[in-house]
Amino acid sequence: MDNIAGTKSSLTWAVNISVVVLVVLWLFPTLGLLISSFRTADQIATSGWWKAMFPSEQNLVLRTGDPDDERVERDGVFVVEGNLFATGSEAEISVWGTSSREISAYEAGETADLGDGETMTVESNGDYVWTGDAEQLTGRGQRIFATAVTPPEFTLDNYKTVLFSGSPTDNMARAFFNTLTVTIPATIIPIVVAAFAAYALAWMDFRGRALLIAVIVGLLVVPLQLALIPLLKLHLGIGIGKGYLGVWLAHTGFGLPLAIYLLRNYMVGLPRDIIENAKVDGATDFQIFTKIILPLSFPALASFAIFQFLWTWNDLLVAKVFLIDASGETTVMTNQIVELLGTRGGNWEILATAAFVSISVPLIVFFAMQKYLVRGLLAGSVK
Amino acid sequence: MAELKLTNVGKVYGGKVEVLKDINMHIATGELIVFVGPSGCGKSTLLRMVAGLEKITSGTLEIDGVVMNDVPPSQRGIAMVFQSYALYPHMTVYDNMAFALKIAKKSKSEIDAAVRKAAGLLQLTDYLDRLPKALSGGQRQRVAIGRSIVRDPKVYLFDEPLSNLDAALRVATRIQIAELKESMPDSTMIYVTHDQVEAMTLADKIVVLADKGIAQMGSPLDLYERPENEFVAQFIGSPAMNLLHGTIKGTGKQTEIDLTHGHIAIADIETQAAEKGQEVNVGVRPEDFRIAEEGEHVFFEGAVDYVEALGEVTLLYFKAEGDADPMIAKLPGTHSDLRGQTVKLTADPARVQVFHQGLSLRTR
Ligand SMILES: Nc1ncnc2c1ncn2[C@@H]1O[C@H](COP(=O)(O)OP(=O)(O)OP(=O)(O)O)[C@@H](O)[C@H]1O
Ligand SMILES: [Mg+2]
Repeated sequence: MDNIAGTKSSLTWAVNISVVVLVVLWLFPTLGLLISSFRTADQIATSGWWKAMFPSEQNLVLRTGDPDDERVERDGVFVVEGNLFATGSEAEISVWGTSSREISAYEAGETADLGDGETMTVESNGDYVWTGDAEQLTGRGQRIFATAVTPPEFTLDNYKTVLFSGSPTDNMARAFFNTLTVTIPATIIPIVVAAFAAYALAWMDFRGRALLIAVIVGLLVVPLQLALIPLLKLHLGIGIGKGYLGVWLAHTGFGLPLAIYLLRNYMVGLPRDIIENAKVDGATDFQIFTKIILPLSFPALASFAIFQFLWTWNDLLVAKVFLIDASGETTVMTNQIVELLGTRGGNWEILATAAFVSISVPLIVFFAMQKYLVRGLLAGSVK
Repeated sequence: MAELKLTNVGKVYGGKVEVLKDINMHIATGELIVFVGPSGCGKSTLLRMVAGLEKITSGTLEIDGVVMNDVPPSQRGIAMVFQSYALYPHMTVYDNMAFALKIAKKSKSEIDAAVRKAAGLLQLTDYLDRLPKALSGGQRQRVAIGRSIVRDPKVYLFDEPLSNLDAALRVATRIQIAELKESMPDSTMIYVTHDQVEAMTLADKIVVLADKGIAQMGSPLDLYERPENEFVAQFIGSPAMNLLHGTIKGTGKQTEIDLTHGHIAIADIETQAAEKGQEVNVGVRPEDFRIAEEGEHVFFEGAVDYVEALGEVTLLYFKAEGDADPMIAKLPGTHSDLRGQTVKLTADPARVQVFHQGLSLRTR
C-alpha cells in the first residue's frame, strides 16, 4: 500500500512539475513579446523587457527654463521658477547636481549655493527655484544633472506603425486580412466535407468502405511536401493559378485525411441504438446526419476546427507555393514577418509587434475554445 | 390492428453464421408476445428483423398481409423501444417525443396534442423541458415508451426494456406496461426479456427460442404445465425442473417408471405396452414435491445437503449423484431443521412429466 501511495504521489509531483515547466516555457516568451511590443526602440536597447514592468532609476540631464524668457523680478532679485519635467511625468528625483562631475551633490529639496548669492532649489517632483541677480540669470537655462526614479512607460506607437501607417513594408493590416481570407474558408471547407465523409464511413453500409478507411489512414502519413509541385502544376494547368482558391483547395486536401479520421472515430463511438431509433422514427440518412450526428459531434468538430485553424494561420509553406505571387498583394502574415526580418532586421520593437499581432488571434481562439479542445480529444478515448 | 406472420424466416450473418432458421409464427391483432431464450439465441435478431433493422436472409415477414421484407423500418408501422433507451441526448423530452412526427411533417398542433397525451399517460408532463441526462432511469424508460406511443404504431417492439432498472422500478414499470397494453387493446406487441416473471405476467403467448428455432410457443401456463420438451421444461420456472433418469416399468392409464436411484415414479400419462423398457427422464418441478407421509408412495429419498430458507418457502438441496444437477425441492413454510436429515418426497402424478429422447410423452 505504501508503495502504491508513494508512486502515486511522486507521479503527481512529476505531473505538477512538468506542468509548471511547460507553463513557464510557454508564458515567458509570449509575455516578453507582448511587453516588448509596447516599448520604444531605446528602451529595448537599454534594458530587458522584464525590467519594463518596474520603476527604474535613471540619470537624467535636464535644463531649467531660459532666464531671458522666464525670469521675473521679485524684491530686487531675479527668479526663474518651473518644473524640470514635461507635464504628466511621474519621475521622482532623489539627488541632483549642477555639474557633470558631481551629479549627486545635493538631496532633493536642498538649496544649492552657486556662489555670489546665486541659489538653486530642486524639489523631488522636479519643481525648481533659481535665484540670482540680473547678470547671473541670463542666456540659456541652467543644466541640472539628476538621478530620478521613473515609473514604467509604454507606448502604442509600434502598433500604430505596424497596423495603421500604411507603409507597404511595415503594413501588417493587409496581411492580417489576407491571412483571415485564407484561414476561414480553409477551416470550414474541410470540416464540412469531412463531416459528411465521416458519417458515411462510420454509419452507412456500402461496398469498399473498409478499403476507403484504410486509404485515408494511409494518406495521414503522406508528407505534404511530396504533393507541392505536382499540385501547383495541376493548378496552373487547369487555370486556377496562384490565388485564394488554390490555397483553399490545397489546405482542404492536406487537412482532409486527419479530419475524416478524427471525426469518423468520434462518430463511430456514438451509440448505435440512437441512430437505429432515428431510422425507425423515419429519418433519412441526411436527416440523421444533420439532426442527430452533427449536434452530438460538436466537440469533435470544434477540436478539429481549432487544429485546422491554427495550422493554416501559421502556415507559410503552402501559402508561398499556392498563393503569394510577385505582386505581393496577397501576402499573408507569416510571409510579411519574414520580409520584415529583412527590411527591419534591427527594429526589434517592430518585429515584436508584428509577431504579436500574428499570434493574437490564435491566442484568442485557443482560450475561447479550449474546453472543446480538451473534451474533443478525450471524447474518443474515454467512454 | 395488425397481425404478423413469419414464414420460414431465417438469418445468416455475413454468409456464414446461421443464427435463426425456419421460424414460423402467427401473431394475432392485439396479442402481446414475449420472446424468451438463453442469451445469444437470437431474440434480439428476430425482433430487429421484424423492425427492419436487420435484413431477413430467408423466408417472409408479413404485416397485415403485406410482405415487409424490403420495406424500410419507418414504413412498417412499427415502433421500437431499446434496452439502452436510445434517447436523443441533445433534445428535450418534448423534442425526443416529437422527433418522429416532425420527420413525418405533421402539423404543430397535431404534434403538440400527441406529445401531451402520451406524456399525460406516462406521467411525464412535468419533465417535458428536461434533457434526458436530467432524468432518472425509470423516467428515461418512460420517455422511450412515450416516444413509441406518440407514433401510434401498429406493432410495438420492446427489446429488454426493463433490464436497466432496479428491482422495484422494474415491477412498477412492468405494471405500467401491462396497463398501457390494456388501454390499447388493438395494438400488437412483441416483447423480449430475460425475466421469467415479466414473461409470465405480461404475455398472452410466450415463444421460447433455442437452438436456432422455436422450442415451444404457447400461453404462459401451457408452457409451465405442459412443456413439450426438456429444454422448455427446464427453462420455464425457477428453480429449474428436476430431471431423474429411469426406465418405463408399468404401462397403461398411468405409467410407472423405475428410477435409477431406486424408487418408483408414477405419472398420469397413458402409455402403450410396447413402450415398456424405454429409457426416459422424469421431470418434477421443485414446488411439486412434498414430504411423503407415513404409508404414502415415496418418489425420492435423500439426505438434505443444504437448506435455503426464504421465509415463505424453503429450498432443499439434495446431494447430487455423479455430475448430475442437485435435486431441489421447494416446500412452503420454514424447515431449517432438515439439514443433514434424510427426507422422503412424493409428488402428484398429475404434475409429473416424462420425457423420452427429450420430448414430452404428455403432449405428444
Ligand atoms: N453482426 C453480427 N455478425 C455475426 N453474428 C452476430 C451478429 N450480431 C449478432 N450475432 C450473433 O447472433 C446471435 C444472436 O444474437 P442476439 O443479439 O439476437 O442474441 P439475444 O438472444 O438477443 O441475446 P441476449 O439475450 O444476450 O440479448 C449471437 O450468437 C450473436 O453472436
Ligand atoms: Mg438481445
